[in-house]
Amino acid sequence: MELWYSLVSLLPLDWARADAMFFMKNALLAILVISPLFGLMSTMVVSNRMSFFSDALGHSAFTGIAIGVLCGLAEPLWCAVVFSVALAVLFTLVRRHTRLASDTVIGVFSSTAVALGIFIATLDGGSFSKFNTYLIGDILSVSPGRIGLLAAILLAVIVLWLCSFNQLMLASVHPALADSRGIRVVWQEALFSCAVAVVVTVSMTWVGLLVINSLLVLPGAAARNVARNMRQYHLLCILFALVSGLCGLQLSYLLESSTGACITLCLAALFVLTSLLGRGRR
Amino acid sequence: MRPVSIHGGDSCHNACCLQVKGLSVTAENEPLLQDVDLHIHCGQIVAVIGPNGAGKSTLFRAILGQLPYTGEIRFERAGGKRTRPLVGYVPQSPAFDPGDPVSVLDLFAAAIGSWPVFLPVPKALRRRVLDCLERVHGGELIDKRVGMLSGGELQRVLLAMALEPLPHILILDEPMSGVDIEGERQLMDMLDEIRSTFDLSILLSTHDFATLGQYADKVVLLKKTILKVGTARQVLSSPEFQSVFHLTLGSDGEVQ
Repeated sequence: MELWYSLVSLLPLDWARADAMFFMKNALLAILVISPLFGLMSTMVVSNRMSFFSDALGHSAFTGIAIGVLCGLAEPLWCAVVFSVALAVLFTLVRRHTRLASDTVIGVFSSTAVALGIFIATLDGGSFSKFNTYLIGDILSVSPGRIGLLAAILLAVIVLWLCSFNQLMLASVHPALADSRGIRVVWQEALFSCAVAVVVTVSMTWVGLLVINSLLVLPGAAARNVARNMRQYHLLCILFALVSGLCGLQLSYLLESSTGACITLCLAALFVLTSLLGRGRR
Repeated sequence: MRPVSIHGGDSCHNACCLQVKGLSVTAENEPLLQDVDLHIHCGQIVAVIGPNGAGKSTLFRAILGQLPYTGEIRFERAGGKRTRPLVGYVPQSPAFDPGDPVSVLDLFAAAIGSWPVFLPVPKALRRRVLDCLERVHGGELIDKRVGMLSGGELQRVLLAMALEPLPHILILDEPMSGVDIEGERQLMDMLDEIRSTFDLSILLSTHDFATLGQYADKVVLLKKTILKVGTARQVLSSPEFQSVFHLTLGSDGEVQ
């Protein structure tokens, strides 16, 4: 981290000067790790129509935190990670063995999880306000340890992509074709769902539950407006996420507002811009 | 048109062929196929017709090895050597989202190779995909997005994919659906070219009876079991065909 702090102090920004504002420097590093991660995951979330699914994971993470607080854990986050990973696996299994449409299944799970979370949080007349930081997100809560965890997940997702991206793409674009070529993606999809669960939960505390899902949906949605193939799609997704992450961080510092919200607004602006570009193209 | 040969016997006379004997498929105690016998020589085009739910796709999936079945599916190479046949399959296609950022190159490279297609595609792989597409005269489609292909173009791309690696048997599930008349003619010409160039057996299902006689060496009328096998003319004029479809066709396959 010392190396990182001295590197950042070379930047011509007023929070970058040495020996001050370490939380901003942590946040910058976090964004440099998390943007490519969200960008990469966004390609699959959007292509596989998983945006509602990832939204539900965010909500269930909140329930996990409420349970963790109820149990008196010093760090309720880990309880939330376990809870949302379990739910992600459960979703994936239930989706395969039910006749209900998958958005219905997700709706059932998600609303139950949220209700359970609120129930636990307000049990014995407890105040909900102590959970507000999870809804809005708090940039101060970024710690170097968490950044390390997210970097490890980024690495894991890259490995998953290198090994199974072709199969995952074929199965999502043309299931019958994938089937005829003997491609089964059950465990790859489960692994990806778990990665989404962990990433959403860990970064929720500083991006905020209310907008975390937009980071998984908007880069992909914006890139789809203009991309013509998978290489452009991935490049644009990661680029959009990175640019919005950096702009959002600086904006939130200047305007003293929530970082998650600023990043999301930047992404939304990119989405509008690419929609206009895309209309001209077709 | 090649001379049509319909053998009832066991022997392939040392030519390469696919034999299906006593094939039955059951799902949830419901018989989907019962006691199907089929004999296809290499170089033949065999059309399977039958109403919806007659078991056409089930037959194909059994040959592909995707379903548990009883009975025998056997493939003999020229010379009488028995092997597991390599089956190329052109499935029915879902409607693609026109906005999908998936190009023909992406789909093709993902299906035939292990190079992750989100990375820049090496020249050799692009060359290989292009060569495959040229087999169906579709080289110019390589950079098109799959959502923008016409029905006929999409079928040709999927056909090129099924031909890589080159199979012994090519199966097409309703290749004419969603294809216009011009596309259908192109596709049939292409299949005719492929079977003579590569000497492989082609098995396809169709609902288009009017053109059967022009390309199919053999027509199989299927409804859970095989009701009739013969030339297009023989099958279309049979009482079995009339009772299954409740209609009468002229000798040219036109509805009367």
